[in-house]
Formats: sequence, C-alpha cells, structure tokens
Amino acid sequence: MRGETAMQLIATGNKAIAEAVRQVNPEVVAAYPITPQTEIVEQIAAYVSDGTLASQYIPVESEHSAMAACIGASVTGARTFTATSSHGLLYMHEMLHWAAGARVPVVMANVNRALGPGWNVWAEHSDAFSQRDTGWLQVFVSTVQEAYDTTIMAFRIAEHEDVLLPLMVNLDGFTLSHTMQPLETVVVGDFIPPLHLPHAIDVAHPRGYGPLTGPDEFFRFRWDIERSMRDARKVILDVEADFGKRFGRQYGPIEEYRCEDADILLIAMGTFGKEAEVAVDDLRREGIKAGSLRVRWFRPFPVLDLSGRDVVVIDRGYSFGFGGVLTRSIQATTKAEPFSVIAGLGGQEVTYRDMAGFVRNRRPGEEEWFGVNTIV
Amino acid sequence: MYEIRIHSRGGQGGVTAARLLADAAFRGGKYATASPFYGAERRGAPVVSFVRIDDRPIKVYSQIQHPDMVVVLDPSIMEAVDIFQGLKSEGEILLNSSHPITFEGYRTHCVDLTGIAIARTLVVAGSPVVNTPLLGALAKVGIISLDAARAAIRGMFSDNRNVQAAEDAYGELVL
Repeated sequence: MRGETAMQLIATGNKAIAEAVRQVNPEVVAAYPITPQTEIVEQIAAYVSDGTLASQYIPVESEHSAMAACIGASVTGARTFTATSSHGLLYMHEMLHWAAGARVPVVMANVNRALGPGWNVWAEHSDAFSQRDTGWLQVFVSTVQEAYDTTIMAFRIAEHEDVLLPLMVNLDGFTLSHTMQPLETVVVGDFIPPLHLPHAIDVAHPRGYGPLTGPDEFFRFRWDIERSMRDARKVILDVEADFGKRFGRQYGPIEEYRCEDADILLIAMGTFGKEAEVAVDDLRREGIKAGSLRVRWFRPFPVLDLSGRDVVVIDRGYSFGFGGVLTRSIQATTKAEPFSVIAGLGGQEVTYRDMAGFVRNRRPGEEEWFGVNTIV
Repeated sequence: MYEIRIHSRGGQGGVTAARLLADAAFRGGKYATASPFYGAERRGAPVVSFVRIDDRPIKVYSQIQHPDMVVVLDPSIMEAVDIFQGLKSEGEILLNSSHPITFEGYRTHCVDLTGIAIARTLVVAGSPVVNTPLLGALAKVGIISLDAARAAIRGMFSDNRNVQAAEDAYGELVL
C-alpha cells in the first residue's frame, strides 16, 4: 500500500531507501543481509510483515541467488528491488552481467563498503567501481534526502522503454547509511507508471530466453546495451526534471556548487562531494576561487566541461597499476590534468579542512595518497 | 552549529541517544544530524556518537573535531578515553554520575541517569537504560525542549517509563 501523505521525519540513509521502496511498491524484493546494508532489507521485511508493503519478500540464501531471483521475477514483468554491499555485490557479479544482458530493470541499493582483506566494513567506492563494466546504470548519492529521491527516480529511469537496464543506487557505508538527517517523503502517484516490459514472458506467445546466440546477433545485443546507455542520458534528465517539477527538488548528472566563476574545481563523489562544499566556502573566504563539482551519475558518465580550470579529484577507489578510477574517467573524457588525491579508502577519515588543503597544495598531473605520501 | 560528542560503552545505547537527540532537535525546528562512529562493535568497548544541530542544512559528515559539548554516559570511560580532546574552551560536559564532579575550565553538569533508570525499572539485559533519561537532562541544559524530548522518546519507545525517566532527569539536574 502506498503512503497517502507526504511526511517530514529524520531518518538514516538506510531507512530512507526502505521508505522509498515502500512508496514505489515493487512486486518482488529478494535480498540477503550484509553490513552496512542490513537495515534496508530488515526494514523492508518489517514493512512486508506489518502489511504496509505488499511486495513478495524472498529471503534467499546468498546474494547470487538474490540477483537471480530478481532477474527471474523481472522477466515475468514484475518490478523488483534488492540491496547489498561490498562482498555481497561481488558475489552477484555473474548475475549483474546477466541482468543487463537480459535487459531487466532491476533496481538495487549498494551501500558502498571496502573489500577485504584486511577485513573492513567502512566506506569506499571500490565495490561499485569493480562492477563498472557490467552494463548497470550507477548513481552515487550524498544525502539522506537524495538517497530517497534517487531510489524513487531509479525505477522510472531503469524501466523507461529507451533504457530497460538495471540500476544501482550507491550510498556511502555508515557515513550515509547510518547517519540521520531530515527527510521529506513524497507520494509518488503517477510519477511511477506501471512497468511494461516488452519482452516479458507471455505463455500465450512462447519465446526462447537465453538460448545459444551466434556472434552476429550477440554483437548486436551488446551494441543495443550501449545505445540504451547513451539514450539513458536524456531519460535521466527528463525524469529528474519531472521530479523537480512535481516535488520541488532538482537533480542532474552532476551537482555544481559555486562553480560559475571558479578557477579551481574540487571533484568528488558521494558524501565527500557534499562535505567538499564546506571546503569551498572556507577557500572562498581566503580568496581562493574554488567550486565543488560532485559527480552524481557514474554510468552513463556525465559530459563535463572543465576547460580553463584547475581540477582536484578526490578518488575513493583505485585501479591498481593504473590510477584513481574517477581521476582516470575524467582524464579520458576531458582535457583536464587533475591533481589526483586518493583518500578515504576503508573509511579513512577525511574532513573539509583536509579537502581545502588538497586544493591549496595541488600539483596538477600528480597523484597523492592522502596521509601516506602527503605533503598537505 | 552546535556539536555534541557522546561517549558511551557498547550496549549502553549511546548510538540511540544520538539518534533521539537529533530527532528531538529536528522536532524543535532545527536541522540535525546524528552519526555514530562504528568501530569493532563489542559490548563494553568505548563508543562515540556525534550530533550536530544548526539553523541551516548540515553538509559535514566527518567526525566532530571541536565539540561544544561532551556527554559521558559511563564516567569510568575517562580512564581509557580522553573525553576532553578538542573540547572548546568554555565547553560543556554532561556526566552520568551520582556524585558531583567538576573540571576546571568547563561547565560540568552531573545527573544520576543510572539511578533514575533503576528507580523506573528501566533495565534491559542487565543494563540500565540511560539514553532516554539523558534526553531530559539535555532538555534541562537547554539543547532541546522537554516537549521535543518527550515526542522523540515516544516516537521510538512505547513504554511510557522512558518519558517519565526523562522527566525525572529534567527535575533532578541542578544547573
């Protein structure tokens, strides 16, 4: 049953995701608990148990099965949701490719957490980055409100006829998943139309699913995923614009803060991208014309115009032997020569004061591991 | 922005205390965040939680470096943890203690939260519930209103003894 009235409350990131799922009311939720995501699926299970959510909840025995169950349900045309984190996400890896290849719009919350060993439950982005090339859309949120709003929009974007790809909503483990902030809920109404999956199983019109596919057709299927990923850019803009019109909160592929006249851009993702705004305010008071650019959508990767500005990238995930994942993505798509700061791995504490230091002491084209070879 | 650091032991309800306080501040019309620092969770180990209260949306997620107030739910923790770390000069300290303790340079408030919890038979798994009476003490100090404290407690606990315990602490704490 959908919530009939909008509410104002204070909630954690995990609670906000569960509340968004309750509002959208997927037919099937299949999930397996893992720190720091567990509260999401516990809360959803509680909603199902108390009758405020009509979903069929499947408590599976592993994350691999959770994704397999979501794919199976989705192929019948059902709206599906799951949530995971870290090693749970990696255990799904095979099925993530399968979901994208099968063109099912599964929506998943991934609470970003480091990968062991050493055993570590705190935030970093390596889990999501490691699934970068699976064909999933990926978005990174920075507040409890944004986690809620984005989870709602995720269903409409993933299920759009021009997209029909699975979508991962990423939020920083503990830093956002367990932090309480004010939250204003919405009543979705017809913002989320009924799901129409054109290739849903229909016993009246039998078709083959997952048969052996020759190279020519297989190649076209892969091109079709990329074409949809490109089309998703416009769908995302349209859905975010409609959300803003109906509910008053604006989102985009990136979030810019004091960037208009900035000489230096501080680029980050997730909660770092929000705290960076405080660093920018401090730098501006010193006369340094800094701005914060938060990359919200990671796949499809946004088109950035960084011309004429110095760029400092804070990277919370690393490709060993290559470089910071966000840094390298920006270098591949712009002419920027970023100062790349690798920071916050395994939940490393990074404050807005540290971030302001990255800007003051920037060395374009170089890489620094914060606190290890730091000169800040 | 007003920043509060809560020191407790695992199992004492420090994280819930932070959430209740942020909830009460929010009900009082403020912006508030509560962010526990999760370490290796084990019963009895020192735990810290952070609460920020402001008139504007709060964008900071990192740990509080210079709190305006430090709350200590178990004074024996002071043998293991430097509760004064970064505390602003003229900062406030709220201690769960049955006897008065003072620290030079800081305004210190003492209230026997454990005694209040036991008197109200608020004991869960052998641990007196100190976080709900704490809200009453924080109301007395002026961080939140007593009405907001009551509302936040009722939002999380159905047992009315929690509200009574908060009222007890409000009455017992002498400023």
